[in-house]
Amino acid sequence: MKILIPIKRVNDYNVKVRPNQANTDVDLSNVKMAVNPFCEIALEEAIRLKEAGKATEIIAVSVGDEKNQEQLRTALALGADRAILVKTDESLQPLDVSKVLVKVFERELPNLVIMGKVGIDGDHNQTGQMFSALTNLPQITFASKVELNGDSIEVTREIDGGLETLSSNLPAVITTDLRLNEPRYASLPNIMKAKRKPLEEFTVEELGVEVKNTITTLKVESPPEREEGVKVDNVDDLVDKLKNEVKVI
Amino acid sequence: MTKILVLAEHDNNSLSSATLSVIKAAEMLGDDIDLILTTSNISSLETEILTLSSINKVHVFEDKIFENEIAENIVDCLIAVSDDYDFFLASSSTSGKNIMPRFAGLMDIQQISEVIEIVDGSTFKKPIYAGACIATVKTEQSKNVLTIRTTSFDKTTADGGSPEFIKQDIPTKNSNKPTFVKNELTVSDRPELTSADIVVSGGRGMQNSDNFKLLDGIATKLNAAIGASRAAVDSGFAPNDYQVGQTGKSVAPNLYVAVGISGAIQHLAGMKDSKTIVAINKDEEAPIFKVADYGLVADLFEALPELESKL
Repeated sequence: MKILIPIKRVNDYNVKVRPNQANTDVDLSNVKMAVNPFCEIALEEAIRLKEAGKATEIIAVSVGDEKNQEQLRTALALGADRAILVKTDESLQPLDVSKVLVKVFERELPNLVIMGKVGIDGDHNQTGQMFSALTNLPQITFASKVELNGDSIEVTREIDGGLETLSSNLPAVITTDLRLNEPRYASLPNIMKAKRKPLEEFTVEELGVEVKNTITTLKVESPPEREEGVKVDNVDDLVDKLKNEVKVI
Repeated sequence: MTKILVLAEHDNNSLSSATLSVIKAAEMLGDDIDLILTTSNISSLETEILTLSSINKVHVFEDKIFENEIAENIVDCLIAVSDDYDFFLASSSTSGKNIMPRFAGLMDIQQISEVIEIVDGSTFKKPIYAGACIATVKTEQSKNVLTIRTTSFDKTTADGGSPEFIKQDIPTKNSNKPTFVKNELTVSDRPELTSADIVVSGGRGMQNSDNFKLLDGIATKLNAAIGASRAAVDSGFAPNDYQVGQTGKSVAPNLYVAVGISGAIQHLAGMKDSKTIVAINKDEEAPIFKVADYGLVADLFEALPELESKL
């Protein structure tokens, strides 16, 4: 039972990202980078399945430049057995990333692919669904609970109205929501051990994916600022303002 | 002429108000707008769709397989009617997010998610980095898939139309898909969170699920929906579908009351477009006060009962 975990390198979620001076992109110089939180949750779920004796091998894969090695080493320190970096200096859009992941899937033939539902940078929420479409594997998005029983899975999903449970045969694709688990931290001995775990590298071209990048970013701006409001003294004051000043109640 | 297909979102009883906003967005792209409806029973939806003045045609796929939402089934229908269209639109609800990227992947289209503004027929604005930045993006594709952040668009007028209903055969090609087991949907008499006029939300400051109920009385008096921050949902004070923020729901009511919510950027991402924001928090340094029109620095356990009695 092999599990493939795509890992995205993004800004640390505590950092507020701002546009660059030319307003052509965001300014990521000097911004602390990390594993996308939803990918961490995906990896944690795989590690738990392995610890429960239900999975044998976890492969982490990233698509991006050389710096993605850092996030793959983090994944290896957390519990992935080996890693694959598919290199490109371009910033790929979800459709192209999914095509790269399809190539990796075809080489590795994992039984399960677990990935974050969204990258906290582009806020696309697309790659898992596109990958599932292109591999024709069952698609289960926004998982908050995963139960693996032999060749099948039962997954609870977070949807707008509440919760929904789906079941599926393997192989399948799961995307993770926030409450699936709480990821662990890497221990120092594991960080040291991770340096010796295998990290294979390919280029996007070697895998035969033609990058399309059909969407161009023209401008990146800060959203309009809200004017800072006023402090009210007490509940009476608040009720009065809501009734008589903005008349919303 | 630009042809637009809108995915009708519904619960097999009534049309989601999100779809009305998606149609409004579609109207900004062109006036040739059709609807695709996959349902287990069209009867209760038909009357409602007949009120939509800007819809020309409705592609109807009616079958019991649509009793529950399996993305694969709906995407097969989208593909079946996709030839004629330049744009495919759905809301950025969990349904739209589940369905549209799958469709886009099969069509080899790079989707644009969470559109908040249509600049022109190929240029769109969307939030990135939890709304910390707004990107203006341009597509070079001849066919495009958009999901629409519905809080950024009004609802279309529904004062009567004459759409033509076209019954379509159910595609049967995809067999590799999950099976529905069960759902646990939150039942509430309150207005729906994403379309409510007033939203009262609680955060970690509510301390536990019993205290969280302190919001009930106020919500009832204001006819408000109840929301929650991620911290409150993670701690089990409120169900997941209450969550407002980057990974939960986006809301933009006339009045948003944030109680015991510190105001992490991920929460602000989902509510800062509200018209009037009230924050009640005992920590006067809480970042929520930076976006609040009215801030009350107070112990919420004293302020909430008082507020309820004075509304």
